[in-house]
Amino acid sequence: MANFFDDNDDLQFLFDHLDLAEIAAAQEAGFSGEDDLGPTYAPRDVADAIDNYRRILHIAGDVAGDAVAPRGSSVDRAGHTLNPDGTVTLNEDTQDNLEALSQAGLMGFTVPRQYGGLNCPTTIYTMAIEIISRADASLMNLFGLQGIAETINVFADDDIKDDYLPRFADGELTGAMALTEPDAGSDLQAVALRAWQDEDGQWRLSGVKRFITNGCGDVLLTLARSEPDSKDGRGLSLFLADRGPRLWVRRLEGKLGIHGSPTCELVYDDTPAKLIGQRQLGLIRYVMALMNGARLGIAGQSLGIAEAAFREARRYAHTRQQFGVSIERLPAVAEMVTNMKIAIEAARALVYETCRVCDLENNNHRILETQPPDDKAELKQRKAQARAYKRLNGMLTPMSKYYASEMCVTVANDALQVLGGSGYMTDYPAERYLRDARITTIYEGTSQLQIVAAVRGVCGDAFEKRVTELEKAVYGDEALSVLRGKLIDARERVIDAVAFVKEQGGDYMDLYGRKLVDAAITVLVGHLLLRQAIANERKQSVARRFIETNHATLVRDLDLLKSGDKSPISEYDTIAGPVPTLA
Amino acid sequence: MPYQCIVCVKQVPDTANVTGDAMKADGTVNRGALPAVFNPDDLHALEAALAVRDEHGGSVTAITMGPLGATEVLRECLYRGADRVALVSDRRAAASDTLATSYILAQAVRTVGNFDIVFCGRQAIDGDTAQVGPQMAEKLGLPQITYFEQFIDLSDHQARVRRNVGNGWEVLDVRLPVLVTTLDTANRPRPASARRVMRAKRARAAAEIDREVDAAMKQATDSERQAEKDARVGALRDHGLLIEQYDLDDIHADLKWCGIAGSPTRVHRVQSIVLTKEGFKAVEPTEEGVREMIHELIVDHTLG
Repeated sequence: MANFFDDNDDLQFLFDHLDLAEIAAAQEAGFSGEDDLGPTYAPRDVADAIDNYRRILHIAGDVAGDAVAPRGSSVDRAGHTLNPDGTVTLNEDTQDNLEALSQAGLMGFTVPRQYGGLNCPTTIYTMAIEIISRADASLMNLFGLQGIAETINVFADDDIKDDYLPRFADGELTGAMALTEPDAGSDLQAVALRAWQDEDGQWRLSGVKRFITNGCGDVLLTLARSEPDSKDGRGLSLFLADRGPRLWVRRLEGKLGIHGSPTCELVYDDTPAKLIGQRQLGLIRYVMALMNGARLGIAGQSLGIAEAAFREARRYAHTRQQFGVSIERLPAVAEMVTNMKIAIEAARALVYETCRVCDLENNNHRILETQPPDDKAELKQRKAQARAYKRLNGMLTPMSKYYASEMCVTVANDALQVLGGSGYMTDYPAERYLRDARITTIYEGTSQLQIVAAVRGVCGDAFEKRVTELEKAVYGDEALSVLRGKLIDARERVIDAVAFVKEQGGDYMDLYGRKLVDAAITVLVGHLLLRQAIANERKQSVARRFIETNHATLVRDLDLLKSGDKSPISEYDTIAGPVPTLA
Repeated sequence: MPYQCIVCVKQVPDTANVTGDAMKADGTVNRGALPAVFNPDDLHALEAALAVRDEHGGSVTAITMGPLGATEVLRECLYRGADRVALVSDRRAAASDTLATSYILAQAVRTVGNFDIVFCGRQAIDGDTAQVGPQMAEKLGLPQITYFEQFIDLSDHQARVRRNVGNGWEVLDVRLPVLVTTLDTANRPRPASARRVMRAKRARAAAEIDREVDAAMKQATDSERQAEKDARVGALRDHGLLIEQYDLDDIHADLKWCGIAGSPTRVHRVQSIVLTKEGFKAVEPTEEGVREMIHELIVDHTLG
């Protein structure tokens, strides 16, 4: 009877130490103070809402540990079936997993209660994503598509909401985000799938989408070109299309990992579709919002895979005997194991801090849209807050996706290394974790694109503003004060490096963006871990080791940055050599 | 046709995670030292009942006998989809053995009434007797199917049932009403539903409301407290969240069959046996080595 929430001390620690009361208050926007015994099961107060969150995560932990995890390896080996009529039959284990998630009522996580959902904040949803991903990373790609319901909830009209949301919440429908095309991957402005209106005014979609996760799902949120003469993102609108005879799967991709998640190539044959929201806002507003949520989802997935890989490695290092000792007593292995653990806790601190800010931003936005305060001063303050949250999240979300996914690949790789030859064999799940991990730095925006987005915040005022706030914390403990001093030194170095990069121009910023973002993350996460370190001695050890090692890396990286070397650009042809012909 | 199902469930000490002080000096289970859990086989009984209701319609009523704290397993039944739950709780039922327990539960089933199928788990992990289900069937005058795995067919008042007899299966036809004791191989219990949990976590038995109100309204007068209790119980009842509560009088139990008086079982002696490892024995990885090992296992009755 494994429970992947109850057995995870660090996740429990965050649940207890994040300010969930603030998040719950923002999410619910007013409590009745009474027990709601009726069908709406609304929480009575903050404590009641948090009690619900804990119970919900306990259920997710139960489903993950008891039902999903035991099927992880068979899901990885079984493929899905593409039928001649263009539909897809999922393998039985994945179907059973989805059934368990529906029975547990976990498919309407963020959908409001009026539609039968759980009305959970992003923070809790991301924790559930982490829990499910630890059991089966590929199931997260289906479970984690709840942003589709969220997008419908925020942007679609009531007719569409009333029709679709209760069915999403019941687990009757699954969806997909159909964005990517053969010639539009990272560059979504190039989307070409055509949207046109027939003589009855009915929107229709024609074209092809590629690499669509769960493209065989029932509801496809499709980005399409509704303005035929346009060339850029402003000519794109978002549509909802139901799968049917005019919308079929042409191909299922073979992949390195996440085998339980079907990746489809879709053909739209004048498929009837409904417009979501307003024309021309498809990419610039709706998909951007959808992608932000999806990025946090991948960050959660990365944490889950890394957690699974770490646990496998930790246990193996403990039980495997060589040279007369457990291999964890060998310094080289001990270093790998502790690095993995610290990396996971560091990424977890950043991801859930980002979730927290996201929840505050989303709820502030919702209040401004649906019930703007009459009081002018309050309105002004909320609007100012909205701008500040937006700037901060514009930096934190891509940072989290980048940092957690890169961490995941490193941890999964090191976990396999700890298992040695056994790790390379299919008898152990370590190789599956590494294969599953590998996609996380690629989809929903590559690491390189996340850096482009995050570096704006590092070079703008978002970074400095947030760090200045974090530096206000005063630590009674001498050791923690010393570490805080190191972080202040690190922040000064980052600011200094930003000034240097700005003098060098755009190319230089793109070339050293990664080092800048890494350095900024060290400072931010350092502060988050310091705050955790107040709680107990273990956390103090984690914070110290993190700050010591990462400070050293930061100094080295920023020294290189300030050398002015731009040979990867200026001497590209010389160093890369001639373009090879492939055999 | 719809079937009215009754499931008997039990809260048990978690013997799967036994710690050093799990047993008292007198050899009885130290319930305080072990966390209380839903008896595992009973989860399969509940799932079997829910599956019948989901397919054919009808209802699922869960019954437990135990102290007030046993309402936790009843709420768990509501989380997973039971329609109605009832607690049988009475000090006079304390120290009941399987004979007295089966009598009391049979009386409770009669009191709930109007049933087609009674589901029990095969056995509870605290006593491991597997006697209560069969004894209930006798007392209720029902046919019994032990080691139940599946209804192959269920139509009108007739069922075709598969039971696992250890080295194979037996398929039986039986007329309803019937009592079955369910194996853990019968099904995979569904998880609790998040939406049900958020609602049904407020479900209470009247005695629990009494305790809560007494603790919260210490300064109030008796009549104020009584008014608050009545209001809360009424609200819970209106929303189907009142856990029904029976004592031995409510179920018309004859006291001579209950508690110590109704329990002929006498514990002769309880031994605390600690299994220790006695070193290793190497088995050669050859045909001969494996044959010798199998022979040895058969001789000491580990196999066969």
